[in-house]
Amino acid sequence: MGAIVSPVRRATMGEFAGMVLAGGAVLPLVLIAALTEDSGYAFHVTLAIAAALGSLILIANRLFQPGQVPAPQEIDGRPNYNMEPVKFATIAAMFWGIAGFSVGLIIALQLAFPVLNFDLPWINFGRLRPLHTSAVIFAFGGNVLLGTSFYVVQRTCRARLAGDIAPWFVILGYNFFIVIAGTGYLLGISQGKEYAEPEWYADLWLTIVWVVYLLVFLLTLAKRKEPHIYVANWFYLAFILTIAVLHIGNNLALPVSVLSPKSYILWSGVQDAMFQWWYGHNAVGFFLTAGFLAIMYYFVPKRAGRPVYSYRLSIIHFWALIFLYIWAGPHHLHYTALPDWAQTLGMTFSIMLWMPSWGGMINGLMTLSGAWDKLRTDPVLRMMVVSLAFYGMSTFEGPLMSIKAVNSLSHYTDWTIGHVHSGALGWVAYISFGAIYCLVPWLWNRKELYSLKLVSWHFWISTLGIVFYISAMWVSGILQGLMWRAYTPLGFLEYSFIETVAAMHPFYAIRALGGALFLTGALIMVFNLWMTVRSGTPESAQDSAPLQPSLVPAE
Amino acid sequence: MDTTYQWLARFAQSAGLLYFVGIFLCVCLYAFWPSNKARFEEAARTPLQDD
Repeated sequence: MGAIVSPVRRATMGEFAGMVLAGGAVLPLVLIAALTEDSGYAFHVTLAIAAALGSLILIANRLFQPGQVPAPQEIDGRPNYNMEPVKFATIAAMFWGIAGFSVGLIIALQLAFPVLNFDLPWINFGRLRPLHTSAVIFAFGGNVLLGTSFYVVQRTCRARLAGDIAPWFVILGYNFFIVIAGTGYLLGISQGKEYAEPEWYADLWLTIVWVVYLLVFLLTLAKRKEPHIYVANWFYLAFILTIAVLHIGNNLALPVSVLSPKSYILWSGVQDAMFQWWYGHNAVGFFLTAGFLAIMYYFVPKRAGRPVYSYRLSIIHFWALIFLYIWAGPHHLHYTALPDWAQTLGMTFSIMLWMPSWGGMINGLMTLSGAWDKLRTDPVLRMMVVSLAFYGMSTFEGPLMSIKAVNSLSHYTDWTIGHVHSGALGWVAYISFGAIYCLVPWLWNRKELYSLKLVSWHFWISTLGIVFYISAMWVSGILQGLMWRAYTPLGFLEYSFIETVAAMHPFYAIRALGGALFLTGALIMVFNLWMTVRSGTPESAQDSAPLQPSLVPAE
Repeated sequence: MDTTYQWLARFAQSAGLLYFVGIFLCVCLYAFWPSNKARFEEAARTPLQDD
């Protein structure tokens, strides 16, 4: 008879602190939920209570699991990578991607056929539109960035992710923020700042999550086994750090009370507008550009099997990009109360930005030199190369549209929407799809994707969708802009506003068709990934390089 | 007469120009410094070398 061994092990400091924080939050949250008069806010606080209790259970459950805690840094002299949070983020990215693309299709149809608003407040265009933008940018894009950054930083530093619970806190905490933000829009909780709609309590939560994210990333870099910090990590770091600064600057708001979801921003008038677009444009610059360039700098060389074309160019365009981007925001405020010189400054920096943007595009494309034949056989690589072409195109179009004379025609029209989507669908989504197509077989230890043929189908269907989308918006936007500025010989406006709206109807229908095709492609992708994980051939154990992507050989 | 605003705007515009050009030159020097060449060529292969 041996001594009875307790099935529970002692909690680590991190686990203990996590349980205390989660447990301690429950009672104050219950009080807030009970005392608030706002039902939407009460719903959010209830979600927070559920999340706190859920965290408590998840952490406590770890104490029953066998195995060494914290996990060893190395096993048999090889780094013991922590890939579970990356897997979660990858699945979450696909889930939110499909949700975000679907809502996009719904609002595109609502614009073409307004009856689809159904006269219901929760699903009208005004509430669904921020749901769409946040779902695709922050939920889909954000999870891709979190997942790939945790993957890339580990592999290029040859070190296990820093922290035991912290990486999970970042991934789960971020997705909790997404749920709060998204449900808030539907319930009518919004501070009405574009791409920064969540109210003060969601913003505070995101700040905590983001600081932990920064710490996890920095501490992983600090324990790297490689002497040099690879350029992709520079881009990720610029993204994480700048988003922290932007988020705090643009959300310095004073809540009405701890019992109210409403807050008032510290800035007023034109300062508020400038802060908003300093934030808004750098969300494009650092979230949708720097972060995804980091993805490009790891996944394109890896998939092509070629080194980065010019590492020197990557250094120069990195520093040029981050120093120029931060000044481009005022081009969103041309011909407004913003001082004229500030508008000109925004325009000038936007034009200069063309160069570092193309530096990145050229470096990515030229990385294929010596491997161009792979474009014929590997649709995943083709997707990433086309994403770089779209990146080049939209970073040429952007500076063009920031010129005041062009902006006077394009601003407030659908041209802007077309521009945003050539960047978002063509560049951001395609480089993400490419990265996820690479990641899933690596993470789940599969030899190859279930079907490269389905990747080809995804590629062609969604490319057709993007072309429909952006060409419809170009025509519609320029038509709209020209109709707005048309005068009769007597000096009256030639068209009433509603006439310009009616004129855009066919293009709105074509745009919705483009969105439907893009969504179809993404659904094919989900099926392909599902089948890869479920029924793909596992990588053989003797394989010397178990996580290498295996490419179809070129004949 | 110069107001504080005008003085500040002029200072920001001229000093900003020098600051950015200076930083850009430093970055170029770092990138093209001959003894860094081997290091950067090694770094360019990083994604291919991780196992």
